[in-house]
Amino acid sequence: MIWQVIWFILWGVLWAVYFTLDGFDLGLGTLMPFLAKDETEKRIVYNAMGPFWDGNEVWLITAGGATFAAFPKTYAVMFSTLYSPLLLILFALILRGVSFEFRGKSDGETWKKIWDGCLVFGSFLPALLFGVAFANIFKGIPFDKAGMYHGNILKLLNLYGIVGGVFFVLIFMMHGALWLWVKSEGELSLRAKNMASKLWVAVLVFAVIFMGYSKFATRLWENYFNHPLLFILPLIAVVSLIMVKLNLSKDDKLKSWLFSALTIFFATYWGVAGLFPNLFPSSIDPSASLTIYNSSSSKTTLIIMTVVALIFVPLVIGYQFWAYKKFIHPVKVEDLEY
Amino acid sequence: MSVTLLSRLQFAIATYFHFLFVPLTLGLVWLLAIMETKYVKTGDEEYKKMAKFWGKIFLINFAIGVVTGITLEFQFGTNWSKYSEFMGDIFGPLLAIEATAAFFLESTFIAIWLFGWEKLSKKAHLISIWLVAIASNLSALWILIANAWMQHPVGYVLRNGRAELESFSAVVFNPVAWLKFFHTVPASMTLAGFFVMGISAYHLLRKNNLSFFKKSFKIAATYTLIAALVVVIIGHEHAAEVAKTQPTKLAAMESFWDTQKKAPIYLFLWPDVKNERNAFEFLPIPGALSFLAYQSFNAEVKGLKAFPKDERPIILPTFISFRVMVGLGFLFILLAFLAYLKRENIENYPKLLKILLYTIPLPYLAIEFGWTLAEVGRQPWIVYGLMKVGDAVSPTISSSQVFISVVAFTVVYTLLGIAAFYLIIKTAKQGPEN
Ligand code: HDD
Ligand code: HEM
Ligand code: HEM
Repeated sequence: MIWQVIWFILWGVLWAVYFTLDGFDLGLGTLMPFLAKDETEKRIVYNAMGPFWDGNEVWLITAGGATFAAFPKTYAVMFSTLYSPLLLILFALILRGVSFEFRGKSDGETWKKIWDGCLVFGSFLPALLFGVAFANIFKGIPFDKAGMYHGNILKLLNLYGIVGGVFFVLIFMMHGALWLWVKSEGELSLRAKNMASKLWVAVLVFAVIFMGYSKFATRLWENYFNHPLLFILPLIAVVSLIMVKLNLSKDDKLKSWLFSALTIFFATYWGVAGLFPNLFPSSIDPSASLTIYNSSSSKTTLIIMTVVALIFVPLVIGYQFWAYKKFIHPVKVEDLEY
Repeated sequence: MSVTLLSRLQFAIATYFHFLFVPLTLGLVWLLAIMETKYVKTGDEEYKKMAKFWGKIFLINFAIGVVTGITLEFQFGTNWSKYSEFMGDIFGPLLAIEATAAFFLESTFIAIWLFGWEKLSKKAHLISIWLVAIASNLSALWILIANAWMQHPVGYVLRNGRAELESFSAVVFNPVAWLKFFHTVPASMTLAGFFVMGISAYHLLRKNNLSFFKKSFKIAATYTLIAALVVVIIGHEHAAEVAKTQPTKLAAMESFWDTQKKAPIYLFLWPDVKNERNAFEFLPIPGALSFLAYQSFNAEVKGLKAFPKDERPIILPTFISFRVMVGLGFLFILLAFLAYLKRENIENYPKLLKILLYTIPLPYLAIEFGWTLAEVGRQPWIVYGLMKVGDAVSPTISSSQVFISVVAFTVVYTLLGIAAFYLIIKTAKQGPEN
């Protein structure tokens, strides 16, 4: 059915946009203690993310909601088998989310330290766990036909899962450093740039390892050999990553960041396209795997959701784009809100 | 403890906590929009100061609403996977629409509002707060449509072992959803109104920023009176709808045991659940329950005994919640009316001001009781008449897992709650910057 394919594509887009956008604030949150040296610089880091983080996180809510709406069985099995890691992510996001609003509303060293800790931990942990979770999904999760999970949270921390997690953390940190480079001035900006350059090398190394390892640990590449046209996806990802470096040396801040965004988008999509038509493959019983065909909503629902997406997603992209444009200028000390 | 019981506990903790912050968001945002509109219209800087001061409190409260909402969104998958599979076809789209149509708008424009005082024209800035107000109430509408479907499922067919969507418009125009919306939103406005009056009262009693807080008080007083009246009027309609759609809930909230015509409402009674009767009941209003439910004093109302025991909700909390909510509803009208009458020189009525200060927690109480009535009264059904709670829970999670997460929720939310109330009280006491 064409509607299921459409929703597979959209499902991938939603996750990819989520990682692209929230990626930079999760990465920057993780990097904060390494980049900001004093109170003013810390506040600049907070304010560099301030107008954006909640709008970015709504892409996660939408990706979750779309999974629920279009593929309810996948939503049910995915989130109940991944119960513990998912709740860890959510708690981390809670602590991180309030730290923006709470940190500056009271004085005292300890108070500020607590919320800085929440920001760092709450940014790092989701970045890592999303990577681990998606790598494991690429690989297949050990669940049977009844949706019963045969494993525990430690089973997710296999080597491939960890490589995926580290890759996510590194690329998000690079993305975040580039963002701070755009959004700050002077020494802080320079520090961010240097950090991004260093991280770029690490990202490149891990990208090669992760993509190569996937050949052995997963079946992602099969779709590519069956439909060579798809190679365009990882190709764009790789070329974009190289463009990041080129623009870094040309000192073009915004372009570096945009190419880093493209890298994340297409790297995510590379994995998603490799899954097709699976959404949540089982590693122990292929017939238990949840695909777009055996886990989708009814046609009526899919059509209604398509109409909703066609109306609202372009609108959202429109006003979010406008908001980014309004607040793209470097943060100045006089316009600190947090 | 069983996974079902733990999951119920977890869901209750998560929603009660979420809804401790949501109503102030829903109600206060309109007041911010009104204040800023006055600023743009009159150019009076004091109104700008007002929007900023109440906005600061709003934002602290809003932050908690946001972060606690995210866990709710995912809990249907984590803890209620059978339920999600069974009715995802209908329930999923409602959550997805809420996110795409409302959350994006709200989260984007609240940031623009906070960071845009200097960057936007006055008009554009004003529009952004109105968009936030519309979007947050729109998000309430969609989630209440979802909840209403569980209270009174419509527009579906049972096919392929699940509930599939048959008529989207029937789901959206479910009368229960709109009653819930027009009961919950004014309830939230009442809460926000008493909140603003109460904090203003605190400062007026101390003669701080007299003109600032008198103006705030005046706006809030009118607003609260209207909202409090609507809550009670719609609440009555709501009860009549419950009588039609959920007879077990109606019987439980009045602790009404024996089916009869000309059913009375007792002003005082206390249920004796074990013996299926009331421990005492006096001061009946003859036929009132029949009238309330069916607009006729002679109509027959079904008593609890007409339903099998395993289809009755837990009586006591349902009964108490309804009584307290209704009682508070009339008290709010009275207080709002007094505040409205004296609004022009309210600083001369210290007693009333004191009462209003101590009224702040009461609307919170009424609202949480309202949800208790709606949700506990729906038990043992997760979808009324279609699916029981015990069949809805995820079969694949273990009780130790859920036990750990319940503990984590309790600890994290308690600490967050303390931090949030500390900040809100501190900011409220500080008053506006000069
Ligand atoms: C969209 C759906 C939805 C919405 C808007 C709400 N609930 Fe609900 N609630 C449920 C969907 C639900 C549920 C998933 O259906 C639960 C979980 C277990 C159950 O029996 O129903 C539930 C249970 C549940 C329980 C436990 C009842 C019991 O197990 O005895 C409480 C106390 C609340 N909720 C309270 C609330 C509050 C305070 C809400 C205000 C925001 C609220 N609910 C909104
Ligand atoms: C169990 C059901 C519920 C779910 C799944 C849910 C989901 C959510 C989510 C995901 C958010 C965060 C949005 C963001 O990041 O911006 C949120 C916040 C909020 N919710 Fe809930 N919610 C529920 C119950 C309710 C109810 C019953 C209402 C109102 C009547 C409500 C009104 C709001 C409001 C006003 C906010 C404030 C912040 C915001 O909208 O961004 N919610 N909710
Ligand atoms: C005379 C006054 C009132 C009446 C007759 C009334 C009636 C009702 C009824 C029958 C329900 C349950 C609906 C259901 O189970 O589906 C309900 C729920 C609720 N009530 Fe009230 N109510 C009154 C006053 C209030 C007040 C003063 C508040 C708060 C300020 C309030 C807040 C709520 C809330 C938040 C809910 C849950 C959401 C909903 O189901 O709409 N109510 N009310």
